[in-house]
Order: sequence, then C-alpha cells, then structure tokens
Amino acid sequence: MLRFLAMLALAAVCTTALAGAPAPARRAEILHLLRQDCGACHGLTLKGGLGPSLEPAALAAKDADQLSFVILQGRRGTPMPPWGAFLTQAEARWMVEQLKKGLPK
Amino acid sequence: MRFPVIAALLLGIAACATPPPRGTGDLGLVIERAAGRVMLIETSGRSSLGHIEGLGDLSHASAVFSRDGRYAYVFGRDGGLTKLDLLRARIERRVIQAGNSIGGAISQDGRLVAVANYVPGGIRIFDAQTLEPLSVVPTGAKVVGIADAPGNRFVFSLFETGEIWIVDASDPRRPQVRKIVGVGKQPYDGFITPNGRHYIAGLFGEDGLALVDLWAPQAGARRILDGYGRGEEPLPVYKMPHLRGWAVAGRYIFLPAVGRHEVLVLDSVTWTEAGRIAVHGQPVFAVAQPGARRVWVNFAFPRNDVVQVIDVAAMRVVKELRPGRAVLHMEFTPRGEQVWVSSRDDGAVLVYDTATYAELARLPAQSPSGIFLTSRGAMTGF
Repeated sequence: MLRFLAMLALAAVCTTALAGAPAPARRAEILHLLRQDCGACHGLTLKGGLGPSLEPAALAAKDADQLSFVILQGRRGTPMPPWGAFLTQAEARWMVEQLKKGLPK
Repeated sequence: MRFPVIAALLLGIAACATPPPRGTGDLGLVIERAAGRVMLIETSGRSSLGHIEGLGDLSHASAVFSRDGRYAYVFGRDGGLTKLDLLRARIERRVIQAGNSIGGAISQDGRLVAVANYVPGGIRIFDAQTLEPLSVVPTGAKVVGIADAPGNRFVFSLFETGEIWIVDASDPRRPQVRKIVGVGKQPYDGFITPNGRHYIAGLFGEDGLALVDLWAPQAGARRILDGYGRGEEPLPVYKMPHLRGWAVAGRYIFLPAVGRHEVLVLDSVTWTEAGRIAVHGQPVFAVAQPGARRVWVNFAFPRNDVVQVIDVAAMRVVKELRPGRAVLHMEFTPRGEQVWVSSRDDGAVLVYDTATYAELARLPAQSPSGIFLTSRGAMTGF
C-alpha cells in the first residue's frame, strides 16, 4: 500500500513536471533563448551553423524525447552543451514542439 | 566675363546637391542582426549616420574593409556577401554565394575577398571590386578562423578534420593549397598575428592550440599551451570564444580558455604559458586595447552582462563594467581612446572612454552584435 502511494505520488510529480506548456512570459524567454543563444551555433534562423539545422525538415525523423534529452544533457564529443540548468524538462519538451512546428518568422 | 559667373553658379548648385567630401577613417558599422541591417556609425562625434537595410540573416555576421576605407564587405550567415558603400550609405553589390557561411577575409592587395563556408564546406574567392566569383576551394569540412596572410594568402582551419590550410591566391583563378593535417581535435577559430607571421588555431576538442609559422609552413603545426586544462573537466560551453589578432598585447597573447573562467597568457617569444588570469566567466573575446596596456574581456551566456578589464602590467583584473544584458562585442577606435560595446538584449551600443571608463554615448540599436571600424582595412588579419 505504501509502495503504491509512493508510486502514485511519484507519478503525480512526474505528470506535473511534464504536463502543461510554460506560461506566456516564460515562452517568450525560451523563444528568445532559442533564437539568440541556440542561434549562436545553429544560426539565428536555425538553419544551421557550427551546429546542425534545427528546421522542421531536419528534425522530422527525430524522436521528441531524444531531442529534449539532448537539449537538457548536451552531446558529448560535440560542442552541444547541456541546457538543463536553464530549462525544465517540460520547457525543453515545449521547445522541441516549437522547433518541429517551425518558429514564427 | 559671364562665363566665370555661370561656372560659379553651377559649382554652387553641385555643392548643394552632393554632401561635402569626408574621409572614412572614423566610420564603421554595427550589425543589427535581428533586423538584417547595419547601422552606420562615426566615432568622432559618436553618432549614428543611418542604416543600410536588406542584408539577410546577419547572425554571426562579420565585415572586412577595402583598403581605401570606403567599402565594407559583410559576410552573413545565409551565405550572403554584401558590399556596402559607406559614403553613399547603400548596398553596392550583393551575392548569395553559399548556403551557410561563417566569415571572410580580404587579401593583402585588397583585390580579393574570400568567404569561409560551412555548407558546402570550403572557401570561395571573389573579385573585391565586382564580386565576380573567381575560384572555389572545396574542403569537405566546415571552415573556421579564416585570415589573410602576406603574399595574398588565406589561412583557415577545418573543424571536423583538424587541419589548417594555406591557400595562395596570387593567381586567384588557380589557387594553390598547402594542407597541414593532424593539428588537433575540432579547431573552432583561428587568427593571424598582426605581423602576419604566425597563425594560431584554438581547439575545442582538446586543451591546447595549434601554431603555424608562416615563414616555415613546411614545418607544419606545433602544439602550444598543451594540456592547459590540467586534466580537469571543462565547463559546458554556451558560446564559442572568438580569436583574432587583437589578442596580441606586446609580447603577450591573451587567449580565452575554453570551458574555464580564465584568460590564458601566452609568451610569443618562447611560446609557453606566461600566466593565467581568473575572470568572471568563460571569456568570448579578449581584446587588447591599442597601446596594449589593457585587455578587455566579455563572457559567454549566462554570465554575459559583464565586461572585465585586465591590466597587462599587473596581469590581473582592475575594472569591471556592466554595460547591459548580453554583451556581444567590443571594438576600439584605432588609437584606443574609446571602446564601442554592444548589448544585444538592452538594444544599445555604448561608448566608453577607456581612460576614465566614463560612458560617453549610448546609441539605440536592434539586437546589436558585431561592431566593425574601417581601421581594420589597414590591418593584416582583419
């Protein structure tokens, strides 16, 4: 019973962490980060630079979970740093959704 | 008798129609990267002279200048190469020369402009006057750290393959390539010393830099500051450092340490470490003030709202400024009495008096990044 409750609590924590897009003000901050700071390597229009293209066509075949993992953890052996100190899991997930849709111009 | 009167009258009309002649020695431009335009600036009155629009994607854009200081060549991320007439404040010519580019250089004689490309990897050489394409040097890898060298040569590094190439463009339609392989893992940028003799590439994939003596290129590259990280894991790098000849302050060369809150000091006589200076964050630019008494440093995200000033004689930080959010670039006037600083997220370019650190001017700008003054046109490696 205790174990079940613990699992339930954990599930609740996970869903709240994952669920829900960030609030509008935070979304603007994330988009700014995406364009400006991610854009430093991936290009302001995200078509690629030292880092690869982040345009919808380039990401279409890639798994969303894996993409958010890369955002949060970085990629060893490449210049891609981990952004986990600045983004929650839900925010990274939301970022991936925006990238797959294509950012508003 | 009547002729001189008419001539004088005509001259008067001509004088009204055209602006008075002026030099270009105090002109420059600021990249307004989100707006795809540049702001034209002058450093005597510290003012904006207007904007030139329509330059495309200017993220990470840079510029070089013609030897007469009248024209700027702007390299855009979208592969655009734009020639600007600074006196007429307009685009002279523009070509889209590749899918994705990172920078460029102008030859010693001023007749060639070379553009470094990520996609497709390689450099393309253009006639500086007409922007007519003259030749292509494919590399199969991303080109970084392109610099002009004496003898109408261009030197650059290849990120994926760890090579330094020296391209002799004396015959620009048939450039000759010398390849130096195995210089180190993932060179991220490179520069040539102001005397045109040494090319130094910074490495991302390992602690150290690669040095090529252009007086003896057959000797290849040698590793310098090898293992400067002392085996410690570097911090995550949120912005790549930038290298250029401004790193040289007299005998010493001040270099950003990758993934560390340090500026490394390299002795350019012995090519060994002369010290290291603890700083506020991971340095992006470490720029020697003309006169080489001080080195100004800005920093990578998220510590990018601070500029620190290192005193070269004392080898320590003596001043800290907070010009605004996301300080991206600093550019000195040729004699070093002013420094122009861009704050991307405050939308401003600030001008400081380098002797007193007083703020002399503040110009509004849209997401300003690079600041480029025409004095670069007279310097090797710029």
